[in-house]
Amino acid sequence: MLVRRLVVSAAIVFAVVTLVFILIHLAPGTPCAGFAGETAPPDPLVCRDLTQRFGLDRSLPEQYWRYLVALAHGDLGYSFSLHRPVRDAIAETVPFTLQLAGAALLLDFLVGLGLGIYQARRVNRLPDVVLGNITLFIYSLPTFWLALILLLVFGEKLRLFPVGGPNDPIICPTIDSAFCALDRLWHLALPAATLGLVGAAGTARFQRAAMLDVASEDYVRTARAKGVPERRVVLVHQLRNALLSFITRFGLAFPFLLTGAVLIETIFAWPGMGRLAVEAILARDYPVVTATALMASIVVVLGNLVADVLLGVADPRLRVRSTDLETIAT
Amino acid sequence: MTAPPTAPALLRVRDLRTYFVTEHGRGTARAVDDVSFDLYPGETLGIVGESGCGKTVTSLSILRLVPEPPGHILPGSLIEFEGRNLLALPAPELRAVRGNQIAMIFQEPMTSLNPVFTVGDQIAEAAIIHQRLSRSAARARAIEMLGLVGIPDPEESVDHYPHQLSGGMRQRVMIAMALVCHPKVLIADEPTTALDVTIQAQILELLDRLQSELGMAVLLITHDLGVVAGHADRVVVMYAGRVVEQATTDELFERPTHPYTEGLLAAVPRIDAPRERLHAIPGQVPAATAWPTGCRFHPRCPYAWDKCVAQEPPLLDTGTAGHAARCWLVTEPERRQAKR
Amino acid sequence: MTLGTWFVLFVALILAAEAVRALRQRTLARERWRRFFRHRTTSWGLSILTFFVIIAVAAPFVAPFDPNAQLDIVRLKNVGPSWTFILGTDVLSRDVWSRIVWGARVSLRVATLGALVAVALGTLVGAAAGYYRRWVDGVLMRGVDVGLALPRIFILLMAVALWDGLPFTVLVLLIGLTSWFGTSRLVRAEVLSLRGRDFVVAARALGAGDGRVIFRHVLPNAAAPIIVSAALSVGNVLLLEASLSFLGIGVPPPWPSWGNMIADGATSLYNAPWTTLFPGLAISLVVMSLNAVADGLREALDPREDAA
Repeated sequence: MLVRRLVVSAAIVFAVVTLVFILIHLAPGTPCAGFAGETAPPDPLVCRDLTQRFGLDRSLPEQYWRYLVALAHGDLGYSFSLHRPVRDAIAETVPFTLQLAGAALLLDFLVGLGLGIYQARRVNRLPDVVLGNITLFIYSLPTFWLALILLLVFGEKLRLFPVGGPNDPIICPTIDSAFCALDRLWHLALPAATLGLVGAAGTARFQRAAMLDVASEDYVRTARAKGVPERRVVLVHQLRNALLSFITRFGLAFPFLLTGAVLIETIFAWPGMGRLAVEAILARDYPVVTATALMASIVVVLGNLVADVLLGVADPRLRVRSTDLETIAT
Repeated sequence: MTAPPTAPALLRVRDLRTYFVTEHGRGTARAVDDVSFDLYPGETLGIVGESGCGKTVTSLSILRLVPEPPGHILPGSLIEFEGRNLLALPAPELRAVRGNQIAMIFQEPMTSLNPVFTVGDQIAEAAIIHQRLSRSAARARAIEMLGLVGIPDPEESVDHYPHQLSGGMRQRVMIAMALVCHPKVLIADEPTTALDVTIQAQILELLDRLQSELGMAVLLITHDLGVVAGHADRVVVMYAGRVVEQATTDELFERPTHPYTEGLLAAVPRIDAPRERLHAIPGQVPAATAWPTGCRFHPRCPYAWDKCVAQEPPLLDTGTAGHAARCWLVTEPERRQAKR
Repeated sequence: MTLGTWFVLFVALILAAEAVRALRQRTLARERWRRFFRHRTTSWGLSILTFFVIIAVAAPFVAPFDPNAQLDIVRLKNVGPSWTFILGTDVLSRDVWSRIVWGARVSLRVATLGALVAVALGTLVGAAAGYYRRWVDGVLMRGVDVGLALPRIFILLMAVALWDGLPFTVLVLLIGLTSWFGTSRLVRAEVLSLRGRDFVVAARALGAGDGRVIFRHVLPNAAAPIIVSAALSVGNVLLLEASLSFLGIGVPPPWPSWGNMIADGATSLYNAPWTTLFPGLAISLVVMSLNAVADGLREALDPREDAA
């Protein structure tokens, strides 16, 4: 079962990479402008030399094949615009992306789940209506706009948080002390809050609906009839079931953060993979673009896989074992 | 089956009224509108009626399981259990009664069991909460209960999930879950309606056996007169939110007084009678938001006359001990000749 | 703002509120409409949406100034809200309110068109997969999986960056072409459950061809998720277009779209925050209204609530 899913997932990643590859190479024009990194038309001799060196004059299928072979060796190519191996460029961005996505996810789930459960408990009463409207509003905000507003209010006007970058370049160029770790967190606050808040609003709406769906189920009534305290009815009987749909959402959240973070990273000058991808696209840096697309699709597929596996563990109805196939006869 | 009991009532329901607010101002649905009955220790009281008569809401009201926003139990209603008014109990004490002194089983065993917990966990939960047993002791209790309700291989079954069991098995689990604390009263809301006929008989036999073994009273709610005939000591017939007749089972079947009861009995197809058209009570159960004036059954009653339209009869004693009917025919039996 | 434009603005506000109120009154007797208007938020959402549609349609009459006119680059640059310029002016001394009004036209048009393409495509693919099942379903749904794994912003960015001078309508089409995957899954699920129902079997027994069965029998009954999807898609496409315009690859300047207005405003974020605030607020209000309306639609069309 799992093996089949892995194979299908690999096929999907493969398809995405192929599509991206084709898309890039279908585009008119040469990547020469991206090579030189200049706005003036590059020297044709330099152009020809670079073209030959990177094998861009070969036929498309041949380029594709060479790419796949390189990929199998873990070689993601060489970046035209950054003048370094793609793998290094991407590797550098991974910790930053993880930090941002991780912090945002944490905020998203903690606040979102808590709110959703709380709202469901007081459904249609004042706290629920007020919170419902607030989450609806926040959920509808364009994230990049929220980023700008937070930047304006907390960064500039109130001067509570820094306005960009992952760290203070003078005091803490790397994280080598607890102080610098705090410095990183301080810089992480605004971008993570932006992503996290919008995510939390969505999660709250979703979880509220899930809890309400479960609340009307018969087994909740049975639990009450047994004399189970109300707290336990909600937090054990209801939540355990509502979490099942939450797990699927969780699987989709991580990849979404990746692509959704693109604009945030740009605004806050956060050196993550999203910003790398955008700049590479604008610079026509093919290898980086294909590599980031590859990364992005892997994350999506992984997210789905993780969600499926978790769901299989959490929902006993999905655990198919050969012994279950005979239900116990009356 | 037996004469009316003489011991004090275990459960006394008096003037129970449970209303529901409907949306869009379509009025209040008076699902249970002044219901009174007693339940004595060790007996089985059957509550019979069509869907919409209020029998399920009555049973839910006893343990206050009626969802509060749309429904509410009116003040003035009394549900007395061992001298205490359940409707006035603060929440923690009510919880101590639920599942412990009074237990309830429901109609749909598939949806009434939590799909993500094992059968054993769900049975043990009641023991842990009410009897403060340790997890291992509770688990042993669960295995014991599973054996008691006739589930094969209890040590294995205790770790199974509800979806792995058949309908009859699930209902047995529900019964085990309800009885683990040896309650004094078991409320069984249509326990066999969702099951195959052969399984129905087994479950009802099981209930009978457990009742005599554990010495508890059973409130058996059903629309099936056959179930009542075989397993209830006394019967209460409900219609349109009210009690329309109550008697011992034998008395009810031999001398049904209320026309509704007559209709219900006549509607049961009989193998030994000559084949003719199935008798049905004409008309339909009215909506709970608009009960008819006067006697609520009069639009469908073959005997109704102007007094029935004008004035609703109270529960009148028929003369036989314990047999009462809400019908003017009790005072004017000669009207029975003029059947339409 | 001239007296005339003030007048038109008030008319638009009142019209939006009244139209919704009147609709609510007239449909009070119908069950589904009652469920739709059950929560106040839905009515508000519908009113706000109507208001924006009105000002978008009546843009020439509502906007006091030409949206692209740089009125006085020296003295009227980045002026705060006042009676003449109720939402202020931007860095090129253009009236923000006028740009918002005309931007409504552009943004709403893009959003509706993109959503239309997405929902249409999603419905077709989902219906085919759900109806024909077996290999058709398998192939189509693998395609959907690939589509869902595609990093959408990257693809769109690439398309625009690599093809210089990409016509804007093509971009809108591309947005639609990359946004239909979720809808197809929803429609597929609905069609799968409907295809076994008796009325479908009956139609086929009468000799109706596949196309007829799908379009005349199955899809009308699958309308609920499609409609809700459509409402949500418009919101999603609006946000997406705003993101793309913010990055500079959406609606080409000088034509205003709410997204590129935010981009323009970002450069003077600290000294003229209103240039960023108002376009973003407009987007938020419209998306919020669409979500509220979608919520209402979901409740209205939920089959579980249809029972007595």
